[in-house]
Amino acid sequence: MKTNFSTRTIVATGLGAAVFLVLFMYVKVPSPVPETNLQIAYGISSFFAAVFGPLAGFLVAFVGHALSDFISYGSPWWSWVVASGISALITGFCSKKVAPAVEEGVFGKSELISFILWVVIGNAAAWIVAAPVLDIVMYKEPVQLVFAQGGVAFVLDAIVSCVIGGILLKAYASTKTGRGTLSKDN
Amino acid sequence: MKIKTFSYDQLDTFVHRLSGLSKLICFLLLTTAIMVTYDIRIIAGIMVLSFTIMKISKIPLSRIRLMLVYVFIFLAFNFVLTYLFAPEYGVEIYGTRHEIFSFGGRYTVTLEQLFYQVTKFSKYLSVIPLGIIFILTTNPSEFASSLNRIGISYKICTSLALTLRYFPDVADDYNQIALAQQARGIEMSAKASVMQRLKRMASILIPLIMTTMERIETIANAMDLRGFGKHKKRTWYAAKPLNRSDYLSILVCVVILGVSLFVRFRINHGIYWNPFI
Repeated sequence: MKTNFSTRTIVATGLGAAVFLVLFMYVKVPSPVPETNLQIAYGISSFFAAVFGPLAGFLVAFVGHALSDFISYGSPWWSWVVASGISALITGFCSKKVAPAVEEGVFGKSELISFILWVVIGNAAAWIVAAPVLDIVMYKEPVQLVFAQGGVAFVLDAIVSCVIGGILLKAYASTKTGRGTLSKDN
Repeated sequence: MKIKTFSYDQLDTFVHRLSGLSKLICFLLLTTAIMVTYDIRIIAGIMVLSFTIMKISKIPLSRIRLMLVYVFIFLAFNFVLTYLFAPEYGVEIYGTRHEIFSFGGRYTVTLEQLFYQVTKFSKYLSVIPLGIIFILTTNPSEFASSLNRIGISYKICTSLALTLRYFPDVADDYNQIALAQQARGIEMSAKASVMQRLKRMASILIPLIMTTMERIETIANAMDLRGFGKHKKRTWYAAKPLNRSDYLSILVCVVILGVSLFVRFRINHGIYWNPFI
């Protein structure tokens, strides 16, 4: 069913990006850090990355973030758009283990650990490495500023991705019927 | 919650008549030209150009007022943060120091810092109209087709077209689910703790994801039944052929990028223009 980039994955990418875009633009949950919001949308991109793989995840976050910037600011802030994509891309590496299990209706401890592990690696790579470095290379932003912003973004986005993504994966798995779940009535 | 979607208007101006492909190429060329420079003379030139194009494309100010407010808040925030984190960055770049006054401690205002931050402010401001023009004058389906023509796989373009098509539907779904859950007494305000807010958010997102997953199956099946993805290439109903004004606009933008690069490497010998030496 999922040969490298099937129709289902294409459609999922398109609609996933639409969901990401809606949440990214309109849904902001205030965080404990003043003047910053939790971007719930990163939970969506990590969910799609885990179920549909790295490329789908990358496109969901990249396209969603770029379009959101286009609509609200006119022009995307490319370094952060790319970083969003990277965080979902790396999160997608857990899909090898998680996706088949979820389609069978299983989302247990080992899948959760693999998911959280890749979310943390992905967000660290995106917000502590990619976003600040790209900000410096592309926009020549001051060094301390970009690393401070990146650090805050890493903590908040990793938490959102783990909690929201985890809850969604669990809920999605529970709608799927697993193998051997039918039992004979006595 | 007000849903603001891509409000593409069918008008008959020079900019609207250009094909989506050439608008995309021009957008990328001009934003690159801005990206490679910190020279306020070039930035000012492109800014004048982009506001002129906006005038030509008859985008009324009322349509973009909200957008401009967002951008201003964002840029002002960036302006203040830059100063707080790196008050001596301008001095470091330009190598001279003209002090104007001091807030005490490490926070002195120098002419160099002011010049750096004003340049940066106008650099970001100058590309804003370009994005707005591109989004407001290009038919969404044509946008997908023009991405395809610059060499991006048609599968990815189709997925982008689906995003644009389903964005208003998903926004509607979200709205309805959120209202239904609030009617059942789910507290979404700042009163609840962060963890609780995240969990309550999930009670909106779970139904949203479930409807989306169902929709994905339906659309994917419909596309499979029509043989989507069988061939290596696809043509687009919305694609416009290029004509003379398309080539001319692309040429103008190539020249602007060329000038920007020439000034950077031949005249300024670096990304910054230094008026202090």
